[in-house]
Amino acid sequence: MIVTLVDYGAGNLASVERALERLSAASRRSESPESIERADALLLPGVGHFAALIRGLDERGLREPLCAAIRRGVPFLGICLGLQALYESSEEAPDVRGLNIFEGSVQALPADVKLPHMGWNRVKQLRESSALRGVPDDAYFYFAHSYAARGADPRVVATSCHGVRFAAAVEQENVWALQFHPEKSAATGAAVLHNFLNFAQ
Amino acid sequence: MTLTRRIIPCLDTDGARVVKGVNFVGLRDAGDPSELAARYNTEGADELVVLDIAASRDRRSTFLETIRKVAAELAIPLTAGGGIRTLEEARAVVLAGADKVTVNTAAIDNPDLLSQMAKEFGSQAVVLAIDARRDGKNWRVYARGGRDATELDAVDWAKEGVSRGAGEILLTSMDRDGTLSGFDLPLTAAISTVVRVPVIASGGAKTPQHFLDVFIEGHADAALAASIFHDGVQSIRSLKDFLVARAVEVRLPC
Repeated sequence: MIVTLVDYGAGNLASVERALERLSAASRRSESPESIERADALLLPGVGHFAALIRGLDERGLREPLCAAIRRGVPFLGICLGLQALYESSEEAPDVRGLNIFEGSVQALPADVKLPHMGWNRVKQLRESSALRGVPDDAYFYFAHSYAARGADPRVVATSCHGVRFAAAVEQENVWALQFHPEKSAATGAAVLHNFLNFAQ
Repeated sequence: MTLTRRIIPCLDTDGARVVKGVNFVGLRDAGDPSELAARYNTEGADELVVLDIAASRDRRSTFLETIRKVAAELAIPLTAGGGIRTLEEARAVVLAGADKVTVNTAAIDNPDLLSQMAKEFGSQAVVLAIDARRDGKNWRVYARGGRDATELDAVDWAKEGVSRGAGEILLTSMDRDGTLSGFDLPLTAAISTVVRVPVIASGGAKTPQHFLDVFIEGHADAALAASIFHDGVQSIRSLKDFLVARAVEVRLPC
């Protein structure tokens, strides 16, 4: 099994690649619709601006193959902006259409706390999940973002809090999405990536 | 439930080797960057900063190679910088494996660089480094590795930098740097309480009490130190135990 890293031209894929390498997992970058159609497992990392990610996908014609693969049941992991992209829209770029896998929108974190929400924060597990299997409740993960999915949603399996409670991990069958960066979250982050690799096998 | 305060070791390099000095002068060798990075990664550092303090044009490729080697050792975030002049140079640092890029003099000369970087990488990847020295009741910003005084007031410059897209401030007190006499609490508090982004305090750390003080009185979000960690004078674990015992939330590795 090879994990296909969706390369939309703006994200830094190197740290995800290194994290997968440490777990002895094979990965390859791809920015072609064909290779996304053929992927065994997909990973969408993301930092930066919501519009840049969506535009990067659209310019490469990746939206349709990506959504089709997700709907077919191909294991998918979205990280940070890769979580936010799954929603209908984001307050960061109200005119840009998200991937619409999850209904609802991504909102700004409140203005009365320091932003970006950058650093290590606790992740509260709401229920058992495949993504966080074996990870202790309230474990620390590394975050770096200013927008988040804040709505109540049964797919949210874990939350964190920075001024407001928000989705830290979302899981719906083959679609896993994490607001934190597992690739930068030391051993706890590696455990989550390991869970994804096991699931994708 | 809040963000933990971060402990950040800093590797000042001449491009290839870790060096150290007092008040930006008298440099001597302090080790291999990737060996130190691997050590801090396991010892519970919350992230790592690597700076090229020589920042000479002809050694730029050596520094990028150092970033690649350091990044390969880390499962925590990496910030890198030193002498970055342009968006292209910042991009090279990101492609070499840094999660965040610091800019200092180039942002003073061309503040629009901060906006360009924020647009391309996102604010969370843009760290404005400020070297400041006490000047009467305020603090003056220095450029070019602390050599040149500017007309900028440190508090005003921090605010402007954030408005232009910096997502974090790396604040070095030149008065305290290398003195081991504790962080500059008034300077750190003056900036941390007026900007919306996290502030990393730097310069002067020696004892665990210094870190406690800068988190409580200085309102710092993170604290950075170099030689006390490199020399083994202070272990990250015992520093974190000290802080936890005094009700400061920090991440203790599993």
